[in-house]
Amino acid sequence: MINVRAIGHRAVDGIWRLGYASRFFALVLASSGTAFRRFRLIVREIYFAGVLSLIIILVSGLFVGMVLGLQGYNTLQTYGSESALGVLVALSLVRELGPVVSGLLFASRAGSAMTAEIGLMKATEQLAAMEMMAVDPVARVVAPRFWAGVISMPLLAALFSAMGIFGGYLVGVVLIGVDEGSFWSQMQAAVDFREDILNGVLKSFVFGIAVTWISLFEGYDAPPTAEGVSGATTRTVVTSSLAILGLDFMLTSLMFRGI
Amino acid sequence: MERSTLDLWVGIFVCAGIGALLILAMKVGNMASIGVGNDTYALNAQFENIGGLKVRAPVKSAGVVVGRVAAIGFDNERFVARVEMRVNKNFKFPKDTSASILTSGLLGEQYVGLDAGGDPAELGSGDSIKLTQSAVVLEKLISQFLYSKAAEGDTTKK
Repeated sequence: MINVRAIGHRAVDGIWRLGYASRFFALVLASSGTAFRRFRLIVREIYFAGVLSLIIILVSGLFVGMVLGLQGYNTLQTYGSESALGVLVALSLVRELGPVVSGLLFASRAGSAMTAEIGLMKATEQLAAMEMMAVDPVARVVAPRFWAGVISMPLLAALFSAMGIFGGYLVGVVLIGVDEGSFWSQMQAAVDFREDILNGVLKSFVFGIAVTWISLFEGYDAPPTAEGVSGATTRTVVTSSLAILGLDFMLTSLMFRGI
Repeated sequence: MERSTLDLWVGIFVCAGIGALLILAMKVGNMASIGVGNDTYALNAQFENIGGLKVRAPVKSAGVVVGRVAAIGFDNERFVARVEMRVNKNFKFPKDTSASILTSGLLGEQYVGLDAGGDPAELGSGDSIKLTQSAVVLEKLISQFLYSKAAEGDTTKK
């Protein structure tokens, strides 16, 4: 009986939080005007969310591409179609791995930092102090971070995919010796700009919205204690990773239905 | 001073991101290749069987890509497949050009092959190609082969 009550409580609590999060999202959107008028705030946050994530994104992109090249070659050579390696590497990166893996990295690299920063600001009552000075903390602190995340995410995903394809090229063509011409030409024949590349960008854009929304909300909603902030940071990484994977499945089934 | 270096880094980041997108579009995607854009004209053809032909499959003549398949439909009166192709404006074909559905390689994708005829008049936008040849269906080919073998066997017995 107690278990049933606990489940019910958790469900109601989850719905309550979702409603609060949606209200928070609407508030962030409504107070974005100030952030865009003072664009320097967004630029500063792009530096922290985007530029500082570059190293991890580029290095993991390169290695993911190289692994794809190796594994793809091993499988494809069984069927004597090594020349399709370029297609395999490019399509899997542009459609799936680019947006998803860079989204996961972004959530753990930048999202967790956002949550911890805002959670600590709240715990040390900096947000309350801003309100006392008639500065809207959502407009001054939250909205610039939100837009910075939304702008950075597609750029990071594009860099990840480009770097991954370069990694696949390094392993496939330079190291193993797949024919360079067929590597690029088959890739160009199979990858469509609108169907594949733009859909990948759209995906990473959606992931950017989801990750920054979750990170900022968790930080804003964190209990103002050390445990509260640490718990909120953990929840950010877990929830945004799950959100990315779930959204990815939905977006893939909507975008790539096949003809 | 601090601010300007930060701006510089953000600028570099945004440029690199857009550059990566451009590389993806040009080098990886088929943005630069033929069949995208408005400088094309439409050709129609009716096939008895299109096999595994798909929208966006290439239209080739003498092995060179001259266009792409734009749409595939079904004619419910004549019970044939209707294929609409967008061919690059730079390439004109005679009226008696024939279209056939071919396969690149043994397991490759299927494409439409155009074989130019000798008519001085040229195909215009929206014209349809009269001479068409259907895709080769492997099962039919095998059964034809088997029947002819069986028939051969009968004649040799007699």
